[in-house]
Amino acid sequence: MLNFMENVKSLPVAEWISDFVDLLTDTFSFLFDPIKDGLGNFMDMVTQGLDAIPPVIFILVIAILAFFMTGKKFGLAIFSIVGLLFIWNQELWSELMDTFTLVLTASILCVIIGIPIGILMSKSKIAEAIITPILDFMQTMPAFVYLIPAVAFFSIGVVPGIFASLIFATPPTVRFTNLGIRQVSDELVEAADAFGSTGPQKLFKVELPMAKYTIMAGINQTVMLALSMVVIASMIGAPGLGREVLSSLQRAQVGPGFVAGLSIVVLAIIIDRFTQNVYKDKSK
Amino acid sequence: MPIIQVNNLSKVFGKNTKAALQLAESGKTKEEILKETGSTVGVNRASFEVEAGEIFVIMGLSGSGKSTLVRLINRLIEPTTGDVFIEGENLAKMDKKELRRVRREKLSMVFQRFGLFPNRTILQNAEYGLEVQGVDKQERAEKAKKSLELVGLGGYLEQYPGQLSGGMQQRVGLARALANDPEVLLMDEAFSALDPLIRKDMQDELLDLQESMKKTILFITHDLDEALRIGDRIALMKDGNIVQIGTPEEILMNPANSYVEKFVEDVDRAKVLTAHQIMKRPETINIDKHGPRVALERMREAGLSSIFVVDSKRTLQGIITADAANEARKNEVTNLSEIIQREVPTVEKDTQLHDLFAVIHDSPVPLAVTENGKLLGIIVRGAVIGALAGEGEVNVNA
Repeated sequence: MLNFMENVKSLPVAEWISDFVDLLTDTFSFLFDPIKDGLGNFMDMVTQGLDAIPPVIFILVIAILAFFMTGKKFGLAIFSIVGLLFIWNQELWSELMDTFTLVLTASILCVIIGIPIGILMSKSKIAEAIITPILDFMQTMPAFVYLIPAVAFFSIGVVPGIFASLIFATPPTVRFTNLGIRQVSDELVEAADAFGSTGPQKLFKVELPMAKYTIMAGINQTVMLALSMVVIASMIGAPGLGREVLSSLQRAQVGPGFVAGLSIVVLAIIIDRFTQNVYKDKSK
Repeated sequence: MPIIQVNNLSKVFGKNTKAALQLAESGKTKEEILKETGSTVGVNRASFEVEAGEIFVIMGLSGSGKSTLVRLINRLIEPTTGDVFIEGENLAKMDKKELRRVRREKLSMVFQRFGLFPNRTILQNAEYGLEVQGVDKQERAEKAKKSLELVGLGGYLEQYPGQLSGGMQQRVGLARALANDPEVLLMDEAFSALDPLIRKDMQDELLDLQESMKKTILFITHDLDEALRIGDRIALMKDGNIVQIGTPEEILMNPANSYVEKFVEDVDRAKVLTAHQIMKRPETINIDKHGPRVALERMREAGLSSIFVVDSKRTLQGIITADAANEARKNEVTNLSEIIQREVPTVEKDTQLHDLFAVIHDSPVPLAVTENGKLLGIIVRGAVIGALAGEGEVNVNA
């Protein structure tokens, strides 16, 4: 009696999903192919552009930006110089540029997709009820799982890496945008309404400016998550520092693995401090 | 025609609105309705009219529905039933576009916690109402500046709200509301977040501004002193119902029920009552007709030791004491002007009871209450004390 499950056939969920993904691949290949080509070309261009900048100048620009963004403090500027010189010294510069392009593109796409969805969520209880579980799903599903359909859609390379990063890294932007807008004080929303603002006026003149810092915290999280995907994305052929880590792993080379890993950490810290400072509330 | 006309306006929070409204109509209390239907009656069939240029105060304790009521008027909260007419247009039945137009042109609101946009400068805050209307940059800056100057903040245009004190912030709130020159100002507990001294200043300033602006103001407060001070008429609310509407005097003197009575019990009457309300009809003699003999006779009849003297136009001339009149009769003086004391303690009819104390304390004779020099009445010490004690001797309609 307790083993009644033995007599029940297991549901062919795996087959269903495979069939569904196959169906998507076949039906939407007209859509996926141009995305793949377009995005691939765009990223090649960005990488080439970045590679064309001499590392010395790149490092200097970053250091100067860091100096001014942190309110004329030397800490981040010095860290940027030392860290980037280290990466250059280890001959990982072009890998760094690859990774930087990947993170940058993925983050921008996340923000472009995430903020409107977050706004939608904040405006509609129904949208919030539908989207919240989807976000939970996106964040908890192991990243390796959606590498498989990513490859099916976009074959191997940097584009499926972006796709995987998008799924993994968009939720914080969506959630924080929603949270930020919902946190705007009732009285300010009432004031906007009482003076006869239209919906878009209220959104752009009151809600988004008020939610700015919360949304920026979400974007910061998104960028960090996108960065954390670089190693995983390298498993499906995305170039960059992640690939160095992966190949070191496959060959059991402790030293090179650590060097590449350390480079990722340096990049992570610089990007994190930068995004934190872009929209820091200067009046506080 | 009244500017604001509210007819049977109700708001029920919750799902079972119909049942709750029916119960409310049958006279059940808020608690009973909540128990039976799970819905809360925010405002129950409120009806009132506000005339142009009037300051109409809606007053009640927290939870009485006053803040809900003001939000029903500009439809920040959707009414369940009822009508709100602003200059004849029914806000409650408008589509969104129309509503937006009325909000932009006719209604402005001042908020309890100011509701200023912290990311905008003072000028940009004051400009907001004009900005959403699409008024061009120069014109709106000009109008906003003018209204900021009106509230005395012309020098703070580029500051941010966070840099200003509470009282100044609320001036910005007021300036923002005035900038688009609305018919109606809705002020939701506008001064309640300010400390008492600043609050009094703001009340004075609002009254001063009102002298020149003549807006129609709907003022929400939980502070009866404030209501009595600035209101032309007051509506008292309890549990979503309007319990009484009347002038401050009517509410004080003839409370509609025990709730209102309890409310006004603690009022500082000294600040509410005026000389006009506690004065008595004076005994007088006419300087043009009468002599010392008549004066003595009148004093004897009324049991007075002095009598006020007026001319034929009832303009106050002075006072004559019994001693002086006696002396005059003995010396065969017939003209009153020879024995009259011209120095008489005089107060205007609008003087607050509060300000009478010092005058009446030093005076051996009653106070004369005048208007444009004409004698209206007199106040004796006993009347002041009686009025303070809340005795019914006060003549409201005098």
